[in-house]
Amino acid sequence: MRSALFWIIAVFLVGTLIVVTMLPHIHHEETATQSPPASAQSAPVARQVASRATVPPETNTPVATNLDALRRGIPINQEAMPLPMAAVENNDVPRERNYPMQPPTIPHSIDNYQVDKNYNRCLMCHTRANAAKFNAPAIAASHYVTREGQVLAQISPRRYFCTQCHVPQTNAKPLVGNTYQYDTAVIQAAAKNGQ
Amino acid sequence: MRAFLRKCWQILSTPSLHFSLGFLTLCGFVAGILFWGAFNTALEYSTTEKFCVSCHEMHDNVYQDLKTTIHWSNRSGVRATCGDCHVPHAWTPKIARKMQASKEVWGWLFGTIDTRQKFLDNRLELAEHEWARLKANDSLECRNCHNFASMDFTRQSPRAAAIHKAALSGPNHQTCIDCHKGIAHRLPDMTGIPQGFTPQVE
Repeated sequence: MRSALFWIIAVFLVGTLIVVTMLPHIHHEETATQSPPASAQSAPVARQVASRATVPPETNTPVATNLDALRRGIPINQEAMPLPMAAVENNDVPRERNYPMQPPTIPHSIDNYQVDKNYNRCLMCHTRANAAKFNAPAIAASHYVTREGQVLAQISPRRYFCTQCHVPQTNAKPLVGNTYQYDTAVIQAAAKNGQ
Repeated sequence: MRAFLRKCWQILSTPSLHFSLGFLTLCGFVAGILFWGAFNTALEYSTTEKFCVSCHEMHDNVYQDLKTTIHWSNRSGVRATCGDCHVPHAWTPKIARKMQASKEVWGWLFGTIDTRQKFLDNRLELAEHEWARLKANDSLECRNCHNFASMDFTRQSPRAAAIHKAALSGPNHQTCIDCHKGIAHRLPDMTGIPQGFTPQVE
């Protein structure tokens, strides 16, 4: 029994010794990952804010005639405040197409939709089998045809990655002006002019 | 050894010589409180995100998936972390889940999914366990935060509102996981796995 007691005490002492020798190292690792104190960082940040240009409000929104859409007329040696990020339109109202054969835009947000070899989130609602169920437009028949004109039962591999052609839209203002007209509008205008 | 065990049993089975029954009862009571406190603390600790991602199987795979999703970072700053979805809140199911999850300790000891490839190979099976669990308990862990009864359809996009209404009025009761697989983690090859819901046929 005495020997057992001896071993218990010995193990306890050795363990304590190991812990005590390890403690400063553990403490050192923790302090090493800490960021420098705020006072050391705050001064440069404050200088940056001070040097940042205060943009006049009229140049803050891009206008159609402003060709310098990227810098919005702010001198090259000053840092511009970025415009607020545009929000993705999420109203589920299908948009008109602008020209024949245009891939329709996506009228809803597609944040974090997984579209890869394993899974295609878009197909959950837009396959022909599920479209009615989810009240979603079904994928057009053209998407089931291969390059060689062979009609498949499943979506053709060349049409699998939806966002190659179909994209959501944001509420961002156009950076440059645009006078594009849909072809029917052009034809109507020509007819009006008696051509 | 046998003599030692016999001696121990004698000590335990003979009436106390020096201590009163009241004192021993009090000691037992205090010891019980200490034991329960320790047990509960260990239980709570093993439900924390810190504990979950301390093994590289979790940290390098599912944790990285979660960090790209709305449950990690969003406009209202509410975060759902591992235990919020994978550990039931009620005591009995929680203990049951902990017992099941002890298999993960086994897997960790023997390196069942200690490489990325092994994880990807097993991902479907792992996911199916969780889908089955959520299907069985009516997506209880989702509903701890997202309750159908407190959903304001007028604040949802028309698409979401219409589908949620249809799911609610469906003939066979629909649950969150039917449509929302892959909401917090990437999905494996989903060939042949039913997705979506069955709407009411008019």
